[in-house]
Amino acid sequence: MRKLFAQVAPIAAMVLALSAPAMAAEEEGATPHYPLLKPKLVDWSFAGPLGGYDKGQLQRGLKVYTEVCAACHSMNLVAFRTLEDLGYNEAQVKTFAANYEVEDGPNGDGEMFTRTAVQSDYFPSPFPNEEAAAAANNGAAPPDFSLLAKARYVERGFPQFVFDIFTGYNESGPNYIYSLLTGYQEPPEGIEVPEGAYFNPYYLAGPALAMAPPLSDEQVTYDDGSPETVDQYSKDVSAFMMWAAEPHMEERKRTGFMVILFLLILTGLIFMTKKSIFSRVEH
Amino acid sequence: MSDNTSTTDGLGETTGEPTRRDFLYLATGMAAAVGAAATAWPFIDQMRPDASTLALASIDVNVSAIEPGMSLTVKWRGKPIFIRNRTAQEVEEAKEVPITELKDPVARNQNVPGDALATDLLRSAGEDKENWIVMIGSCTHLGCVPLGQAGDFNGWFCPCHGSHYDTAGRIRKGPAPENLHIPVYAFSSDDVIRIG
Amino acid sequence: MSSDHSTYQPSTGFGRWMDQRLPIVRLSHDSFVSYPVPRNLNYAYTFGAILMVMLVLQILTGVVLAMHYAASTGLAFNSVEKIMRDVNSGWLLRYLHANGASFFFVAVYVHIGRGLYYGSYKAPREILWILGVIIFLLMMATAFMGYVLPWGQMSFWGATVITGFFTAFPGIGEPIQQLLLGGFAVDNPTLNRFFSLHYLLPFMIAGVVVLHVWALHVTGQTNPTGVEVKQKTDTLPFTPYASVKDALGIALFMLVFAYFVFFMPNFLGHADNYIPANPLKTPSHIVPEWYFLPFYAMLRAITFNIGPIDSKLGGVLVMFGSIIVLFFLPWLDTSKVRSAVYRPWYKLFFWLFVINAIFLGWLGAKPAEGTYTTMAQIGTLYYFAFFLIIMPLLGLFETPKRLPNSITEAVLRKDGGNTGNTPASAAATPDTRG
Repeated sequence: MRKLFAQVAPIAAMVLALSAPAMAAEEEGATPHYPLLKPKLVDWSFAGPLGGYDKGQLQRGLKVYTEVCAACHSMNLVAFRTLEDLGYNEAQVKTFAANYEVEDGPNGDGEMFTRTAVQSDYFPSPFPNEEAAAAANNGAAPPDFSLLAKARYVERGFPQFVFDIFTGYNESGPNYIYSLLTGYQEPPEGIEVPEGAYFNPYYLAGPALAMAPPLSDEQVTYDDGSPETVDQYSKDVSAFMMWAAEPHMEERKRTGFMVILFLLILTGLIFMTKKSIFSRVEH
Repeated sequence: MSDNTSTTDGLGETTGEPTRRDFLYLATGMAAAVGAAATAWPFIDQMRPDASTLALASIDVNVSAIEPGMSLTVKWRGKPIFIRNRTAQEVEEAKEVPITELKDPVARNQNVPGDALATDLLRSAGEDKENWIVMIGSCTHLGCVPLGQAGDFNGWFCPCHGSHYDTAGRIRKGPAPENLHIPVYAFSSDDVIRIG
Repeated sequence: MSSDHSTYQPSTGFGRWMDQRLPIVRLSHDSFVSYPVPRNLNYAYTFGAILMVMLVLQILTGVVLAMHYAASTGLAFNSVEKIMRDVNSGWLLRYLHANGASFFFVAVYVHIGRGLYYGSYKAPREILWILGVIIFLLMMATAFMGYVLPWGQMSFWGATVITGFFTAFPGIGEPIQQLLLGGFAVDNPTLNRFFSLHYLLPFMIAGVVVLHVWALHVTGQTNPTGVEVKQKTDTLPFTPYASVKDALGIALFMLVFAYFVFFMPNFLGHADNYIPANPLKTPSHIVPEWYFLPFYAMLRAITFNIGPIDSKLGGVLVMFGSIIVLFFLPWLDTSKVRSAVYRPWYKLFFWLFVINAIFLGWLGAKPAEGTYTTMAQIGTLYYFAFFLIIMPLLGLFETPKRLPNSITEAVLRKDGGNTGNTPASAAATPDTRG
């Protein structure tokens, strides 16, 4: 065994020697790696194997979305009918949908027309198409909100991503969105921010992004006494976007709990059966 | 599985309490069977109409331009809906038919009680609007779309298997078992019908 | 084994009637009940059964997902989201299918690793092994095409990069690529044919699996000692002994699988695939699914020209070569001894190979720059050296440990010091399981 170790040791040393400069290179490298800062970690109600959505928070998030974000960001895949998940009843959803106009048609004369939205309709887009959205926003089309909370992931690195399996970390998206919304600041010295861009160290794809800081304190009125701050708005809208991206999360976790419980019992039974069967032979 | 194990058990049994062991095998086999059955559920469940299909809204149809003797066909839930402004003659013809002569004496109208008789009034849009008839244009035999103002009774005629409906959409002759079905609908104003 | 006389005796009149006409019950009985297996199989040998379950699960979930999926560039992404949002139990079926692909590969890698460790590819099991490599290749093709179907950013750019491999071949490369794509870039014709083939290939896998199991039942299982079955006491009937062990292996595997499906469903996927495909914008960091990462690292490791072969073609050849080499494994290993248990040096190199494969996988996810490339080159070198240099030479120079005369001897010798309840068999120490 000692002999084996003597053989392995030089190889291990070589691997270590090779990886050390790799790490150094990453620090001084010419191309900086984004985001400059890892996302802040928020204590979400929906984290963990038993976590669920806070309906009050989702309702507040919906309010922030409709009053602020929806001016530029579409949410094409979310239908009004699904807002019942947020704790609204059918009549409330109907009233909410009636605030929107959607295009329908063609009618008998072959013309498209607009009508008041109903529950089965989807959130209409603020722009007729992606080109129009890009043209109105300095060439960068604001991304659709339906899946954004699942479409953003900041590398956690080794060994953190292994630990994430055991802690059940699925909140990378909302953490990122929250960090981005609360992360606008003055650029430090030495970082050039192009015209029409805003420095944000949490941004995934560069030092600055085209979206101006969208939220300000007391911009949206809350009826439930929650603080009307950028921090609270950011948390609420991030939670809402998580729901929009994964509306069946609570059902999934509930089902999962039952399935795991059942499998544990089944595994235990099979284990005892196996012991009992193998007790008859030497093996 | 429990069958096999207990057979082997019987042959090779040397120690232990057979009853407790049999129970263990039985419990394991049952648990596995329950698991398999539960797993089958989502595979069947996914075939049911999905949430977006179920939510398909009602539709509004403007009928102000439809003069007596004219019809309109619209699509609702994937099926054609016949909307007809019947002429006075058609209404009269339908009214003259005694219920006893009908093949299917039930109204088949979702807006009236299920056992209502298929009088012309109960088949139509009701008092004062008896000229209007709104029906799902799907033959109750095997689902073809009947042709309008055709057949022996000058109502609808299904060319697939030869079912004749009268001017109130009631089956009179041919293989279809029931009158043409009438969906949930109402006049939301004098000119607009809301279906569904 | 199949030539052994059958022990099946129909117990009913109908059974006898059927047996004379279509002896399907006899076939099942001989294959899965009375079929003799070595008595010392450990849990590494349950992965064949686990793979069978995963294949069936993938086919079943795939068939029902296809009922809702629309293979058209304009509809594909939203039809998958409709499954996730509106279809009854749709989110469950889709997460089962997506994570099922990953766990299929987890199981197949353990299965292949077990074969490498215990020398399962050696005579007379060469065909059995080669059929296995064919299944592995078909699985890779199926997984790749399946990943394109959701039509997200990773789907699109993964398809672009992988079909780009073929352009490495001078002259014939580009016509081949256009033939595969049905156009000049990945587009609707590509998506349509990938969907068709993704539906077809699993059934071809199932067909080859039948041959694989057939070949297995002709030669019989290997076992941790590598000594062939010699006498009746070396074996146990498949049912209940191996079947209950397989059942336990399956149940434990399903526990881990369920944890991912219900509590970490997107951990093994890539966030960028929740962005609809955009042919005008490449994501900043393209990586394949984790199970292709070692091969991807080897592809990128070739950054230099080798004589007339430029680095692009070299990378592609190395990547294909890394799987082609597996076909020749039965003849590359010159050792007389089958199992690594009795081969101290092979054991060492085997575990180095496993570590190297994981290392390559990690490198595959890293950007191809600086020392990562050098490390990938070293890893690639070891990968090929293991098969082409170490395996042929080791058989000539290595002194194996003394082999037991029979499986029974190995079991009983071990049993003296043990209580007999340890599931690990004869010679396998705990660290060799799996």
